[in-house]
Amino acid sequence: MIAVEHVTKTYGPFTAVDEVSFTARPGRVTGFLGPNGAGKSTTLRVVVGLTPPDHGTARVLGRRFRDMPNPGTEVGVLLDASAQHAGRTGREVLSIAQTTTGLPRRRVAEVLDVVGLSEAEATRRLRDYSLGMRQRLGLAHALLGDPEVLILDEPANGLDPAGIRWMRDLLRGYADRGATVLLSSHLLHEIEVVADDLVVIGHGHVVAAGTKDDLLAGAGTYVATRHPGMLAQALTSAGLAHCADDRSEVAGTTAPAVFRVEADAELVGHVAAAAGVALTELRPADAAGLEEMFLTLTADTQRERHPAATPQGAAA
Amino acid sequence: MTTHTSSTATTGAVVTAAAQPISRPSTRTPGRVPWARLVRVELRKSFDTRSGRWLLASLGLAAVLTTGAIIAWAPTSELAYSQFTLAIGVPMTIILPILAVLSVTSEWSQRSGLATFTLVPHRGRLVLAKAVAAVLVTVPATAVAFAVGAVGNVIGTALADVPTVWDQSLVDVAYFAAGQTLLLLVGFVLGALIRNSSGAIVAYMLYAFVVPGLLAFLAFNQAWFADARPWVDAKYNQDALLRGQLAGDGWSHLAVTSLVWLVVPMMVAVVNVLRSEVK
Repeated sequence: MIAVEHVTKTYGPFTAVDEVSFTARPGRVTGFLGPNGAGKSTTLRVVVGLTPPDHGTARVLGRRFRDMPNPGTEVGVLLDASAQHAGRTGREVLSIAQTTTGLPRRRVAEVLDVVGLSEAEATRRLRDYSLGMRQRLGLAHALLGDPEVLILDEPANGLDPAGIRWMRDLLRGYADRGATVLLSSHLLHEIEVVADDLVVIGHGHVVAAGTKDDLLAGAGTYVATRHPGMLAQALTSAGLAHCADDRSEVAGTTAPAVFRVEADAELVGHVAAAAGVALTELRPADAAGLEEMFLTLTADTQRERHPAATPQGAAA
Repeated sequence: MTTHTSSTATTGAVVTAAAQPISRPSTRTPGRVPWARLVRVELRKSFDTRSGRWLLASLGLAAVLTTGAIIAWAPTSELAYSQFTLAIGVPMTIILPILAVLSVTSEWSQRSGLATFTLVPHRGRLVLAKAVAAVLVTVPATAVAFAVGAVGNVIGTALADVPTVWDQSLVDVAYFAAGQTLLLLVGFVLGALIRNSSGAIVAYMLYAFVVPGLLAFLAFNQAWFADARPWVDAKYNQDALLRGQLAGDGWSHLAVTSLVWLVVPMMVAVVNVLRSEVK
């Protein structure tokens, strides 16, 4: 369980994190999503006590991080896989953590096995590690104490597709055993496939939070028909917001027109049936919807735009 | 889009991991990490990298080379135990402080502090553990200096066919260790103040070799400063302590200069370390 309440952190005139609140629950993978520089890392650093917040509190398992007597046995943390002494071997990095936390020595070999680092790789120095190997070692470091809470900042960086798949399964397994998993990413797809809950952050504000299913449900429905006029009329009279999807224009006149409707598929189907409109396609916007949501929610906070406009802090 | 979450693990290792239940807190011993263990880990961290091992090896190597140089080039009339130990002490006043500097700065320069400070979120205890671990290194260093010095004294006087002079007592050993400790702590404080390896090492070199030279030059040319120097120049007094030449007012000079140049900066440095973020 991780509870972040009203955390604010400013660096001079720059507000990195502004009134951020969210909860990561046990047994679930919580995805912390946002564009670069949105405040993800700052928030995670506040959670693990590396950065003191200006105000607000962050609790892990009901306690502030610095009140934990031996956090390595309860919380696994991976903030930056490259942040280790380049001259140490992988095994030595793990042995130091194992000695510090007072864990049995065999844990080092066990976690090396879990993350798939071979004995030969473990005896190499970190300066000779690829980014993917560093991520695996960082994950091993986090898993050392068989923790109840995992906090991982961009853990999939540098992993190949098979590695990403492997890590997804690993995190899923941890959550299924009752652990709280919080992982951040700026890549939507990475989070979407593994997360149960989502917290979306943009420009230091939480712009959306909730279960993935709820957030996806809000993404609406795609509906296609060869009678766009009749369907639009029916949707309007049913009070359902809708818009013509771009793709229908590109496809030419012979192809069915596609609408995106702000309602679930079942309701749209009923409306269409009642109006006697034949549909060619009816499906939840789903993943595409989440992507759209991500882009929409963070649009005014994207680096590509001017950050001058005040961000819409509509925490769900 | 391929958005299926697969329930099948891709490697056997994952299955093993998933099979173990997560232990509940009740089955753990949530004791605080013992401070003595932190000291042990910090000592280990000073020597588990290639650069750390080289620094350790160079302690012994420099002692042997210095001894050889004395035997080869020193006037035979001056051969004495103190000649050897004090000469061996000189390279040690560089190597030991560098070890102390790196034990602090590497957490920032190498960014390993991210892991260190999350495993032990009590930086005050960590800083104390680092300082004590660094000071502990003076024990074997002093032993090496006096052992190698003794061997050099025996061989040197035998080769020169002059009587062997044993002019170092246990008190001198203590002075040597105390002097090395103070200089090492200067390195530690500079490391904690600057938190950058090369910057802190350069600062120590300025403190240990450049500034004393300038102050000596000033004292040589300005009579008023010759009298004031012992009250200002910390390194001058620390050297005197190391050589066992501190007497009378010397102890007051050492106390005053160490307070101003060591204790006060140390307090600033500790506050900095407690607050400074590891980026």
